[in-house]
Amino acid sequence: MTTQQTNPIAAAERIALDSTDSFPSRIGRVFLIEAAEIAVFRTSDDEFYAVENLNPHPKGGPLAEAIVSGHYIYDPLYDWKIDLKTGLVQEPDTGEVRTFRVEVADNQVILFTK
Amino acid sequence: MNTPAKEKLVVIGNGMAGINTLEQILKLTDRFEITVFGSEPHPNYNRIMLSYVLEGSKTIDDIVINDWSWYEENGITLHTGVTVTRIDTENKAVITDGGHTQSYDKLLIATGSNSLMLPIPGSDREGVVGFRDIADCNQMLDAAKEYKTAAVIGGGLLGLEAAKGLVGLGMDVTVVHLMEDLMERQLDRQASAMLKTELERQGIKFAMGKSTAEMQGDHRVRKLVFTDGEELDAEFVVMAVGIRPNKQLGEVSGIQTNRGILVDDFMRTSAPDVYSVGECAEHRGICYGLVAPLFEQGNILAKHISGAETAGYAGSITSTKLKISGVDVFSAGEFIEGPQHTVISAKDEWKRTYKKVLLDNGRIVGAVLFGDVTESASLQKYVREGTEMNDEIYGDLMGTGSGCCGGGKSKTAAVEKMADDEIVCGCKGVTKKVIVDVITEKGLTTVDEIKACTGATGSCGGCKPVVEQILSFVLGDGFKKTVKTGICACTPLSRQEIVAGIKEKGLRTTKEVMNVLEWHNPEGCSKCRPAVNYYLGVIYPGEHKDEKESRFVNERMNANIQKDGSYTVVPRMYGGVTTPEDLKKIADVSVKYNVKAVKVTGGQRLDLIGVQKEDLPKVWEELDMPSGYAYAKSLRTVKTCVGNQYCRFGTQDSMGVGAMLERKFERLDFPAKFKMAVNGCPRNCAESCTKDIGIVGNDGGWEIFVGGNGGIKARLADSLCKVKTDQELTDTIAAVMQYYRETGNYLERTSEWVERIGLDEIRSRTVENEESRRALVASIEHALTFVEDPWKQVLNDKKTRSELFETAQPAVPQA
Ligand code: SRM
Ligand SMILES: Cc1cc2nc3c(=O)[nH]c(=O)nc-3n(C[C@H](O)[C@H](O)[C@H](O)COP(=O)(O)OP(=O)(O)OC[C@H]3O[C@@H](n4cnc5c(N)ncnc54)[C@H](O)[C@@H]3O)c2cc1C
Ligand code: SF4
Ligand code: FES
Repeated sequence: MTTQQTNPIAAAERIALDSTDSFPSRIGRVFLIEAAEIAVFRTSDDEFYAVENLNPHPKGGPLAEAIVSGHYIYDPLYDWKIDLKTGLVQEPDTGEVRTFRVEVADNQVILFTK
Repeated sequence: MNTPAKEKLVVIGNGMAGINTLEQILKLTDRFEITVFGSEPHPNYNRIMLSYVLEGSKTIDDIVINDWSWYEENGITLHTGVTVTRIDTENKAVITDGGHTQSYDKLLIATGSNSLMLPIPGSDREGVVGFRDIADCNQMLDAAKEYKTAAVIGGGLLGLEAAKGLVGLGMDVTVVHLMEDLMERQLDRQASAMLKTELERQGIKFAMGKSTAEMQGDHRVRKLVFTDGEELDAEFVVMAVGIRPNKQLGEVSGIQTNRGILVDDFMRTSAPDVYSVGECAEHRGICYGLVAPLFEQGNILAKHISGAETAGYAGSITSTKLKISGVDVFSAGEFIEGPQHTVISAKDEWKRTYKKVLLDNGRIVGAVLFGDVTESASLQKYVREGTEMNDEIYGDLMGTGSGCCGGGKSKTAAVEKMADDEIVCGCKGVTKKVIVDVITEKGLTTVDEIKACTGATGSCGGCKPVVEQILSFVLGDGFKKTVKTGICACTPLSRQEIVAGIKEKGLRTTKEVMNVLEWHNPEGCSKCRPAVNYYLGVIYPGEHKDEKESRFVNERMNANIQKDGSYTVVPRMYGGVTTPEDLKKIADVSVKYNVKAVKVTGGQRLDLIGVQKEDLPKVWEELDMPSGYAYAKSLRTVKTCVGNQYCRFGTQDSMGVGAMLERKFERLDFPAKFKMAVNGCPRNCAESCTKDIGIVGNDGGWEIFVGGNGGIKARLADSLCKVKTDQELTDTIAAVMQYYRETGNYLERTSEWVERIGLDEIRSRTVENEESRRALVASIEHALTFVEDPWKQVLNDKKTRSELFETAQPAVPQA
């Protein structure tokens, strides 16, 4: 028997995560989307950003517990500074974390996986 | 379709010199299509730091310079685990051990060196290695787990670093050296003797003037037999007698070699379009064995090969630094005096320092320093330039300068004269010009900012004095003002100024502080946000609402994060004393939550390692024990010895008093972690000397010690005072703690604080001046009324519990 596995995430365009008021300011929350963990941050200007919850440092680890400053985070394990807008690790370190588009509609935080 | 074909540049050797040259080339041009071959199965790493890997302060991952993605991002094809066996210079192609051929337009040979392995009979036995690469380093780490005795043959730089590493790994290590003096090629007899004494103090043994005749054993080496018949047990042998330039490839391919592959001033070999840099190359009769010259070579080749103007390479004057903590040695140029030299020297047996400067016709031609190497940067400069000795330089070097600021002036003068492309940071290959440019163009004012921007000082830290000198040279007076005070790059303000600002203006949150006190970076960084949150907490006990978002992960989660994102849980075990009931609970919870390891910590309690984030609240709930604060800048453990309840020598109840103190002062925030120990008698089984506060019982009272530290920079505690009663003891401790809480810089341990504030001042505030003492005790008692167990707090707060610890799964994806 061959089961043609359709991956709902690969197909999905947008996923409603949770209501905006369930996101504390400057503290990351983790969502499990299929097998992938996504860290979602609400910055002090009430913008929302989503990145893969995977530290770009070669040793890996999470990102959600980072310290948030403006649209940058300082990662919890190695203190790398990462731009939430681009996913780029700031000098002198290098690397990149995958970013996802996020929008707010009807007080819901919507994640775009494509 | 017709993009002009790029020139093919092939690099043999994926090591420090080859890849650094590539980095320089990539900055200048993109006209090459680059292929790299490397025998080792790793991306380019910092070979220098293998010594730190061995010593345990760095991991292999930490020392990677260019990771796999760097090659990808720069379009470089990398073949690791592949050795080039021949170069066909006629058809311009290289042939690999797998039989593959790769053509080139330009070829760079950067094959480095191999460890020189002496052909001593029996040295083909298992357990004999060199010290050159990751594989060697791993063998040493493994051997240390299994075997006890090691010999290091060779008392040079590499041998000594290897020996120190192995001692650190718990082996019994003897350095076997042919000569009577260690590092005789870098040090004179005097410095060498001082070095030996210091290393003996650090646990290394020496067999001097010995030559190994044979290595005996079974399949594995078991002992060395020396030519004089003496023997030495050794189940592991590191040969560190020297390096041999890896020139075979040149030899078999008809390229001219001597000791190494011969190159001219533009790093050209005898074959057309074939270049060589690094340890394998011989330039004007010299094969270098240190990175600084290799980077200079790479720099010149990069310009030359990219068609940029450059003068040729004229050779380097090298200097030496031993990377063993607590042992500072430096030498440059000529250091053994001959009849032509004028010698200036100073030896201080009390401070254990030694300085020697050699002059030839009045010019500085060489120097050796031991113990105090602050003048090394200037000396290197003087030697390189053959500077003439004068009164000012003499005053600086020999510490007889007049006035207080004479030194600074000429040090910056030395920096001023330094050539623009001279490499300041050897680890990262950062030149003086790059540093000057970031200071002037980006307006940087601190070493930390320069580190963030260029990487300089970020590795071994050896270049920090020179970077500081460049800063002060470029900024002039601006340097002292900004550098001395700001707590981080976000603000020029010091702790005192911030605290004063908070009190005067009644600021209440980190946001307000950063706004009103005009931070450059509106929301601060990972350094200042936690610091300001702490200062607010001390100023407004009970009122300041702790900001979770300004807490570093461990303090936000109330547990220590592990590299895989799981956590550890350490419950309180007051004074290191537990009960069978608590042990049972710990066992049950560990089994239920599949804890990866249960470890007895160095602080006399148990650590449950590898708890998943979402299980943390459940583990706390089921343990139903107070948090041990193993993650916090707070009271960690109070270590105790057995004491007079049971011990035949005990004069005081250390267990009881230790547990009492731990209960009394737990949960309070401190500038940094805070550790105590209580001992029943001066035998000091619970080690008071390395604690923030150490307490030693005597017949009739207690002696209190402060400022001990067993960590990064160890420091023995100072005796503060003796007290008679337990009440006096508690009050004195309370006063010291509060004084530290109020005046300590965030992250400053008491070991640094005692030195900054001064023991006399602390004693006056907390012991002698009754009024100040009482005020401090009252303040801490007030603050203590507000503390609350953080684990209980989370359990009672559904919202925080779910926001911080749960991984959410959104309902249905919306199509
Ligand atoms: C668990 C423990 C090791 C053990 O199993 O024995 C430990 C584990 C860690 N120590 Fe430690 N230290 C532990 C006792 C010590 C001791 C010994 C002691 O307390 O008696 C010292 C030296 C004494 C001292 O502090 O003066 C010690 C000096 C350090 C230092 C260096 C501090 C310094 O000021 O020099 C650090 C780094 C830091 O704090 O920045 C550190 C940092 C760490 C961290 C928290 C690293 C981190 O930030 O993630 C380690 C967490 C490991 C992990 O994966 O969870 N640990 N650490 C010990 C916990 C004791 C406890 O029950 O709470
Ligand atoms: C433990 C240790 C500590 C050190 N400490 C210091 C220090 O404190 N300061 C300092 O300045 N220097 C230090 N050095 C020396 C420094 O590491 C070297 O000078 C530097 O690494 C040399 O660079 P290189 O590129 O010439 O050679 P390497 O870094 O050795 O690179 C050569 C590479 O080429 C590969 N290779 C060889 N032949 C072939 C082939 N035919 N085909 C493919 N690949 C090949 C090798 O496997 C190797 O990876 C230290 C060295 C060691 C081992
Ligand atoms: S437990 Fe302490 S000493 Fe051991 S690796 Fe971690 S920080 Fe270093
Ligand atoms: S020389 Fe090692 S960090 Fe600069």
